[in-house]
Order: sequence, then structure tokens, then C-alpha cells
Amino acid sequence: MMEITEGSHAIAEAVRLCRPQVISAYPITPQTHIVEALADFVANCQLDAEYITVENELSALSACIGASAAGSRTYSATTSQGLALMFEVCFNAAGMRLPIIMSIANRALGAPLSIWNDQQDSISLRDSGWLQFYAEDNQEATDLHLLAYKVAEDHSIQLPAFVCFDGFILSHTYEPVDMLTQEDVDKYLPKFNPYERLDAADPISFGMYATPEYYPEFRYEMDQAQKRAKDVIAKAGKEFGTMFGRDYSALIEGYRLEDADTAIVAMGSICGTIKDAIDEMRVEGKKVGLLKIRVFRPFPSEEIAKMLSHVKRVAVLDKNISLGAKGATVIEVRDALYGSSIPVKGYVLGLGGRDVRKKDIKEIVALSEKGQGDIFYGLRKELI
Amino acid sequence: MRELRIHGRGGQGSVTAAELIAVAAFEGGVFAQAFPAFGVERRGAPVQAFVRFDDKKIRKRSQVYEPDYIIVQDSTLIKDVNVFMGVKQGGIVIVNTEKKPDYKVPNGVKLITIDATSIALKAIGLPITNTSLMGAFAAATGEIQFSALEKALNHRFPKELAAKNIDAARVAFDIVKGAA
Amino acid sequence: MALAVGCRARPGKARDNKTGSWRVFKPVFDHEKCSKCGMCSTLCPEGCIHEDAEGFFDPDYTYCKGCGICANECPKEAIAMKQEEK
Repeated sequence: MMEITEGSHAIAEAVRLCRPQVISAYPITPQTHIVEALADFVANCQLDAEYITVENELSALSACIGASAAGSRTYSATTSQGLALMFEVCFNAAGMRLPIIMSIANRALGAPLSIWNDQQDSISLRDSGWLQFYAEDNQEATDLHLLAYKVAEDHSIQLPAFVCFDGFILSHTYEPVDMLTQEDVDKYLPKFNPYERLDAADPISFGMYATPEYYPEFRYEMDQAQKRAKDVIAKAGKEFGTMFGRDYSALIEGYRLEDADTAIVAMGSICGTIKDAIDEMRVEGKKVGLLKIRVFRPFPSEEIAKMLSHVKRVAVLDKNISLGAKGATVIEVRDALYGSSIPVKGYVLGLGGRDVRKKDIKEIVALSEKGQGDIFYGLRKELI
Repeated sequence: MRELRIHGRGGQGSVTAAELIAVAAFEGGVFAQAFPAFGVERRGAPVQAFVRFDDKKIRKRSQVYEPDYIIVQDSTLIKDVNVFMGVKQGGIVIVNTEKKPDYKVPNGVKLITIDATSIALKAIGLPITNTSLMGAFAAATGEIQFSALEKALNHRFPKELAAKNIDAARVAFDIVKGAA
Repeated sequence: MALAVGCRARPGKARDNKTGSWRVFKPVFDHEKCSKCGMCSTLCPEGCIHEDAEGFFDPDYTYCKGCGICANECPKEAIAMKQEEK
């Protein structure tokens, strides 16, 4: 049923319907409304789960590791510095192959302190082994939690997943969302069936140590699981579409891309603004299209290369910057297109909550037509 | 697409107003989107909140720079902030004030003043002006039905508080309707 | 042998590693001097020193790697490290 509600509340409700058995999280702006709502659900007996309060994010995710290893469906949520504090635990959760789902209300990293949106936080953990989903709107932000559990818990995958959505821009926005019922979600997402679990009667250790004779093979197996996730996402995304009418089988989505000369590549809530800008540019006769990346890990290299094979130029927007190099997405898109003659330019924008408008998208398209790019877009010259 | 920008001060309920207007608009069958200008939630500090209305799904996420409608919760903001910036021709500006305006809105923009503070003090007993201004907005723009606003308020607040706020909204609604 | 997913392991793996073969010096326990304090058993890094029915302690030479911590810590100097005869 369509309801108009705050993004955070829609996400909390979706998480509730996934029936997590253990939740452990530490509040941090702009994620707070989500964990507040979940704590309320538990306190009001609307969700039969253990809500473990902890002293910080490192402990929150550590608690989730224990709970997940013991065979519980677990959930956490964080952002920015909170995610940074979990850095070590993120690698452990993935290495132990525990299907923990964590919401990331994307926010910039300090210093300087910024509570506003960009995607530096989750992007900085792209090598940790977690699957990474990025939502364009609150509908996707809610739906992707179901998809994430389904994929992560698949025995051929067994990896944790981030469900990322832009902090404030989505988390604090009221907009209509089609909310699923418990019956719907139960049909789609069966009970967690752990591949192995901690059991005092039949003890087992998780994440033992591996000498150089074994370690590379463990990383290889994780990489293989990431790559297998493409097919599992396709299958689980299609099933979601069959059941609820929203098909998430594709890791990437094109918008007016079929006949486009200029392709914009982007991720997250900015895609909505880009679509509006594209419609306006199309009226002006400019053949512009969008390639939206919904799944950043596993990275859909082949899919991107195929979808962009016909365009004349590619403009990649990054709400992150690998300082001393480029935005993470442009590096990977350029790698995906290696060997083709299509020019790929990167534009770092929207850092620390800098607003991105339709006119900015149009300016970037104009810059890419002139072959200008690989820049921080929209810098205030007077400050430099 | 029509866009509304609400100017207020932290604590005056601008964000709540934006949310409730969006809820009421959605209730009336249109797509709506409401969000605050993030991160400035300190009591007394100038704040903004935004609402978009459209017949189709709203995709745009940037802040509102060229509003069709503006609500100013507190006329003291006018000297601090350029509250009329970017307002569209044919737009409507609603200002909470008991005074005659000593400022000018841009040409082709309609100015409606209403003493929402007095209405709120009388109906609610507190100078919480956002619900009165929602009533005025409903009457001035037709973007939301009064019945939908009533429903949104009932959903948001406990019964007694909702009733007081609905009273405040109705008084403002009637004044603006009467003046039109 | 295929890897265990997530580097998971059942307990008892340490038993497979028979560290007794590493030994160069062998602790020899003199029960005449022993006060049965159990310090050797507590401090043994291999956990291979066990108490017998009379309360005396003896190492399991399958796992004793000859580190000498027991001999060093024994308050009664009841443990002597002797060159291993191999």
C-alpha cells in the first residue's frame, strides 16, 4: 500500500518486516531515526528481536558478528565516522562470511566535521568484501533491504551487505513508498537458514587464522562469492519483480540511454535529479542518457561496458574522491571500458552535502562535450 | 511541478509543517515530497523546509530555488534572510505578521499576510504558528484540501492537541478564503 | 582439501600438530623435590603438563616442545632440562 512517510521510517519498517532476530547499532546522524524506530518496535513488541545497546559502532558490529555466527538474522545501521570505527570489524564480518545487513545513511567523513551527504563512507570500504547496494529513492532504499538479505544469506554467497542511501536527502525526506505487508515479506524472505552456526553442543570457531599457504585462497573465495552474487541478485531481483512489480534483477539501469551520445554514470539519489535534467536536455535536442549503478559491489564491469558500447562520451559523477587519484566510480568505469575509444571523464561533486541541481548536470554534460573533466566540479574559486 | 519553501526559525515547526503539507497533498491524490534544509536545527536559527507537488513521481532532489509558494513563519526573518529569493511570477507568499508590510514582494507575486501568532495563541495557547499557516496555505493555493490537512493533523498528534491545531488551521483557512 | 567457508574450524586442531618433535632440551621432573604446586602445569604454553593420581605433574612428550618455561618457573627447582637424545 502506498504511504507517505519519512525515508528512515520506511526503512525501519522494511527492516522490521525482514524479522531480524538481533539488532545492534549505535545512533549517529543521519541514521538515528532508523535505529530509534527499531528500538521502539522492539520495546513495543512489534518486533521479536534482541536490541543490544552498545558503547560504540565497533561493538555494535562485533555484537552482530557473534549473533550472526550463532545463527541469527542480524541487522545494524550506521554512517560516516561510525562506519570508519567499524573498519576492522567489517573485514572480519566479511571474512567470516556472515550475512549481516547494514543500512548506510551515506555521509561525508571528517575532518572537517560534516554531517551532510556524500558517499565517501561506504565507498571507502569497497575492498572489505561487503556487497554494496545504492538506492535512488526511498522505494529502492526499503526494497533493497529485502533483496540484500535474500542474496547475502544464499549459501553460495554468504557475504554481508551494505544498503546505502543518501543521508538526509533520502533518510529525512517524506515521499510516497509502497509498503509491503508481513505476509508479502514472509513469502519472499524465508527464515534464515545458516550454513553453519555456533553451537555449544557441537563447537566450531569462525575466522581462524590462515598462514600464507592458505590466506590468498580465502580472499579468492570471497572474490568468487562476490562474482557469483551477480547471478543471485539477478534471480532474487527478478523474483522481487514477479512478486511485487519492481524488478531489481539488473545491477545497472539505463535511462534514455539507447540512442544517447553522452552517457552520465551515477549512483544514489542524484539519479533522480539527473533524469529530470535529461528530460529537459532531450527537449533541447541533446541526446543524453543515464546509466545508474545500483550495485557497486560486485562491480558490474561487463554490464557497463555493454550498455555504454554505443555512446560517444561518458561523464561519471562521483560523490567521493580517492584523494591523490580520482573518484572511485570513474576509475572502475574507465577500467570497464578499457580498450574502447570512448572518452570517459570524471566529475567529483556533491561532497559534504553540496547541493546538486539540474543546471549542474547540464553544465557537466557541456563540459564533457568539450572533453573537459577529471575535475572537482563546482568549486568555489574564491575559497581556493 | 509546484514547489513550496518554508522559512522559519528552529523550534517553530517548519519541518513538521512541510511534512504535514506533503502528507495532506498525498492524501489528496498527488505525489508530494517534503524535506528540510539539513543540519541547521538550532532553536531560533533561520531554517528552511521544502515541499514539492506533482501529478507524477517526483525525482528531483535538489533544494528549492525557484518556489511557486513561500511561507514565512516569522516576519522578523525578512530582514535577516532573503526569503523572497527566486519566487516565480504568479507565485504566492504567505507571511505571518500582525503588521502592515513595510517590505515589497517581487512584481507579479501575491502577498498574503496573516496574524498566525494571535490565532495560535487563542486556539492552542502557544505561539506555534505552523498549523495556522498550513490552513492559510490550503486556502491560498488549493494545493491541499482542508479535510486532508485535518486528517494529517489527526494522524500526527494526540486527539486533544490535534483538535486545537485543527481549530487554528480552520480560523486561518477561513480568514484567507474570506479575503479572496 | 577444500577450504572451510569463512575459515571455520572444529576444535582440536592443535592436537594434529605434534610439537614434541621440535624438542631439543627435555624437561625431566624429579618427584622427590616436587611440592605439587602445579605452577609448571599453569604456565606450560602447550598445556601438556598433567597431574597424576598422586598429585605429581608430568609432561606429555608428544606435545612438549622443550621450551623450558616449567623448569625456569619451578620454585623447587625440581625440573631439569636435559639434552634430547635423538
